[in-house]
Amino acid sequence: MAEKKLNLTLKIWRQAGPNFVGNFAEYKLAVSPDSSILEMLDDLNNDLENKNLEPVAFESDCREGICGTCGLVINGQPHGPIPKIATCQLHMRHFNDGDTIWIEPFRAKAFPIIKDLMVDRSAFDRIQETGGFISVNTGSVPDGNAIPISKDIASEAMDSATCIGCGACVAACKNASAMLFVSAKVSQFALLPQGQPERYQRVQAMVKKMDELGFGSCSNTYACEAECPKGISVKNIARMNRDYFMAKVKTENVES
Amino acid sequence: MGWLYSALSSSIGKKFVMAVTGICLILFLIIHLINNLTMYGGPELFNTVVKNLDIIKPIVRVIEAVLVLIFVFHIFNGVKLWYENKKARPIGYTVNGSSKNSDITSRTMIVSGSIVFIFLIIHLKTFWVSFNLGHPLAEEHQYYEIVASAFSNWIYSGLYIVAMVLLGFHLNHGFQSAFQTFGWNNNKYFPLIKKLGLIYTLIMVIGFASIPIYFLFFYGGNV
Repeated sequence: MAEKKLNLTLKIWRQAGPNFVGNFAEYKLAVSPDSSILEMLDDLNNDLENKNLEPVAFESDCREGICGTCGLVINGQPHGPIPKIATCQLHMRHFNDGDTIWIEPFRAKAFPIIKDLMVDRSAFDRIQETGGFISVNTGSVPDGNAIPISKDIASEAMDSATCIGCGACVAACKNASAMLFVSAKVSQFALLPQGQPERYQRVQAMVKKMDELGFGSCSNTYACEAECPKGISVKNIARMNRDYFMAKVKTENVES
Repeated sequence: MGWLYSALSSSIGKKFVMAVTGICLILFLIIHLINNLTMYGGPELFNTVVKNLDIIKPIVRVIEAVLVLIFVFHIFNGVKLWYENKKARPIGYTVNGSSKNSDITSRTMIVSGSIVFIFLIIHLKTFWVSFNLGHPLAEEHQYYEIVASAFSNWIYSGLYIVAMVLLGFHLNHGFQSAFQTFGWNNNKYFPLIKKLGLIYTLIMVIGFASIPIYFLFFYGGNV
């Protein structure tokens, strides 16, 4: 039986480079409902290349929602209309025949556009470099239960650690704030014994770097949590606020 | 004290200032509403209450000065944050999907706040200036009459009610937002804080807005 295809109109942001003016280009194509949105873009790019036209630049890697490389704003929502999935996991069966789909890059001053739908998210790496790690030698894998920790706390730390660093929180936030990302990276260590020695130093350094890089402030609209493909909770932001405050109160370091 | 300044001017610090000043203003509104509700006790009770405030004038003046400072910090910081946050996304989205992921009152704090600010200026002129700076009725301690005559104006009362509804939007987001900023978010008590914020907001909006409604419809125009 012949598969029924969806006839779609795509409005895709095209921008030749960082310093070029971009605008939307319109493409019409028929796509299988079983294809993912990235596979649809692959199809489109094949067509464009066959016609000797410049393909649409977009990022992807694992295509199974765990690497955080893909990230498009689809009809105004980062990673599209379906909650808790990355762009690569969005299938065209969620759209209807005749739909117009607007595809834009993540927009933030701290995420400059490289080309078309690709943005430079290395600002996240700059933040991670200032404290998103443990600098003590943790040695080889410890014996089970050598470090006492409750299942509840371990699970909470794991929930924070599921952040894939895709940047959808920044893209969704009306202030382009990176608070959800930074708070997840702060929390995954703040909750565990291994993270304690550098707990207050870490939160201060990471917040300072985040501010320097031009991300906005948090307005507690919670759009980040709603759009996060991993469902990272805004409770992480509360924890980071608490830790930041305690760091200022407790530590004697006047520099940071 | 450079560390304190830099801490309070960080992104989290500025939010902290918003939250602390916001909570102070939330508490102030409770006292303000209690004072206003004495109007339901008739002209005598209300005039006596305001007259008694006159006796402790020096204390009232100090509290007023502190309130002005709190307002200035809240407004200055709010506008500064709004401006900086605008700069964090110089080119916006063509399709705006924000209605699908967040609450409108949380996204429009600058709008509701600005309108409440304009209202505040008019409000101070109508009542504070009249009560304190030599209105003939105030000299005779006829404060109730000043309020009654102000609210007999349909346009003023209408704007007052609209401002109270916008204040409600501002308070409903602000209340829980302050707790989130302080880091007091947890599965057990955060839903409770949100409910408490809604109850507080409803009491404030209904309480304040009921007074112009009372004067317009039930007071009977014997001004």
